[in-house]
Amino acid sequence: MAQKKENKVIEINAMHKWFGTFHVLKNINLEVLQGERIVICGPSGSGKSTLIRCINRLEAHQKGDIVVNGIELSGDLKNLEAIRSDVGMVFQSFNLFPHLSVLENCTLAPIWVRGMPKKDAESLAMEYLTRVKIPEQSSKFPGQLSGGQQQRVAIARALCMKPQIMLFDEPTSALDPEMIKEVLDTMIELADTGMTMLVVTHEMGFAKKVADRVIFMDEGEIIEQNTPKVFFTKPKNERTKLFLSQILNH
Amino acid sequence: MEIDNKKYPPGSYPDLPPPPGTIGVIGWLKNNLFSSINNSLLTIISIYLVYLLVDGAINWFVLDAVFDANDKPSCRKIGDGACWAVITRRVDQFIYGFYPHLERWRVDLTFVMLFIAAAPLLYPELVLRKYLLWFSGIYPFIAFILIKGGFFGLELIDTNLFGGAMLTLIIGVTSIACSLPLGIVLALGRQSNLRLVKVLSVCFIEFMRGVPLITLLFVASTMLNYFLPPGTNFNLLVRVIIMMTFFSAAYIAEVIRGGIQAIPKGQYEAADAIGLTYWQTTRFITLPQALKISIPGIVNTFIGLYKDTTLVVIIGLLDPLGIGRAALADTKWNGLSTETYLFVALIFFISCFAMSRYSLWLEKKLSTDHK
Repeated sequence: MAQKKENKVIEINAMHKWFGTFHVLKNINLEVLQGERIVICGPSGSGKSTLIRCINRLEAHQKGDIVVNGIELSGDLKNLEAIRSDVGMVFQSFNLFPHLSVLENCTLAPIWVRGMPKKDAESLAMEYLTRVKIPEQSSKFPGQLSGGQQQRVAIARALCMKPQIMLFDEPTSALDPEMIKEVLDTMIELADTGMTMLVVTHEMGFAKKVADRVIFMDEGEIIEQNTPKVFFTKPKNERTKLFLSQILNH
Repeated sequence: MEIDNKKYPPGSYPDLPPPPGTIGVIGWLKNNLFSSINNSLLTIISIYLVYLLVDGAINWFVLDAVFDANDKPSCRKIGDGACWAVITRRVDQFIYGFYPHLERWRVDLTFVMLFIAAAPLLYPELVLRKYLLWFSGIYPFIAFILIKGGFFGLELIDTNLFGGAMLTLIIGVTSIACSLPLGIVLALGRQSNLRLVKVLSVCFIEFMRGVPLITLLFVASTMLNYFLPPGTNFNLLVRVIIMMTFFSAAYIAEVIRGGIQAIPKGQYEAADAIGLTYWQTTRFITLPQALKISIPGIVNTFIGLYKDTTLVVIIGLLDPLGIGRAALADTKWNGLSTETYLFVALIFFISCFAMSRYSLWLEKKLSTDHK
């Protein structure tokens, strides 16, 4: 376990969000410390994806405030790109750029956002592709890879920006069972490096193994949060109990 | 080839070749042409019909055809096939229009250079592409100076003398080259969040698509004079090219918009998440994918535009069709419309077929799905 510093990298205060008139996030309060690994779970439609998408402002919140790396996210933010480039995101459906090779997927942002020379960006990309164990696929196109390989490329692509925080939006939900493990292993290795991670997932095994804190959301609210040990053995809230019984005993 | 199932334990069954006669030429013939008695009969009858057709065509087009004669009656005396003399006697007009004979080397040179200028644009993997692209960049100016003249001691040639395939190429190539970037800008403008940009793009596109090209050409040839200050001499050819460009840009814009809308939302989210700006996303993510999807539609529009250049006949420009009609109006060649129009069709078919093949090649090359 890496050393944790006591500085907050994410602070969310009384945050609300609506889709039209639908109140999707209600009074969210959340603090994340540097190096902390957080797993967010909950039934579908509970707002967990929306919550982490608010953290890099893929979705805009309407009330309350979100502070990431000391910068408050608001509508009149000028350098949104700069903040986004410090927060890596991995999507459920990978969202690799199909017209670019694996290597180009990884070097695009370092070259154009970070202004890195092409050669440096390529060696950086190869370093991360090696870390996710697919350096030999670097010249292929995403369409030629398996789902698990694509998701690992997506993780490498996000890491190439050297982000402070990594967000995972159901990274294994679109994968075949045999490929889930290779992606989870990559994420566990990443966790061991001390990366701050927020992971929306239904993989409770991953939560037990890696998470410092598990958050349960339902109907747009954070219902309960605790260390995985307490969360899985002694859930307090009835809804948490119901949810856990549904996903653990199927 | 019978292989006993019992010989192999589960999991070790070998890969066997398909039964003979089911693949290859024999298999294809069997499946497609001779699959039953009726089909075999139909095949034989069809082969006979094709033979009759081809035989007749070869006779008319080549064997019984007359390639040189002074006029139609003397043509008919020599052979009863096609009378190509109407073409061969005017072939230079079909190519150059009324461009002065002694200056035609300028057109030839420009035509040859067109290929050198187009090659690096069309073939991304060409050797020395970087340097050749510079040539592509200055080519329009070289072409203008060479064809129009008036600089470096080159005789100034009036555009009224332009005609034939050369005129088609000038209008077609210029309009195609200009309408693609304009179409991209319009497509992006229509998708823009900036209200004014969006409204202007929509108005332009809807107006241009909503009127027939022929009316735009009439506007170009007559009405623009009313709008421009008196005494302005705005070249008719330039006006036609501008109208053609606007017209096809509107279509291109809609084709590309279709391509842009086919890109999944996740692509933009991923681009946002790694910190790309709007213009970086447009350049690296949106356009490469949208243009690739739109290739068939874009080329479709280009081919349409290229063929629509024949409409300039109506406002008095003499493209190959105009030259052909002038030839037919000649009492010596009266009534040889089949030969004339077939030849004009051939001129257009060569260019359009080339465009179509190129687009197929490009689609295949850019495909990253199953390489």
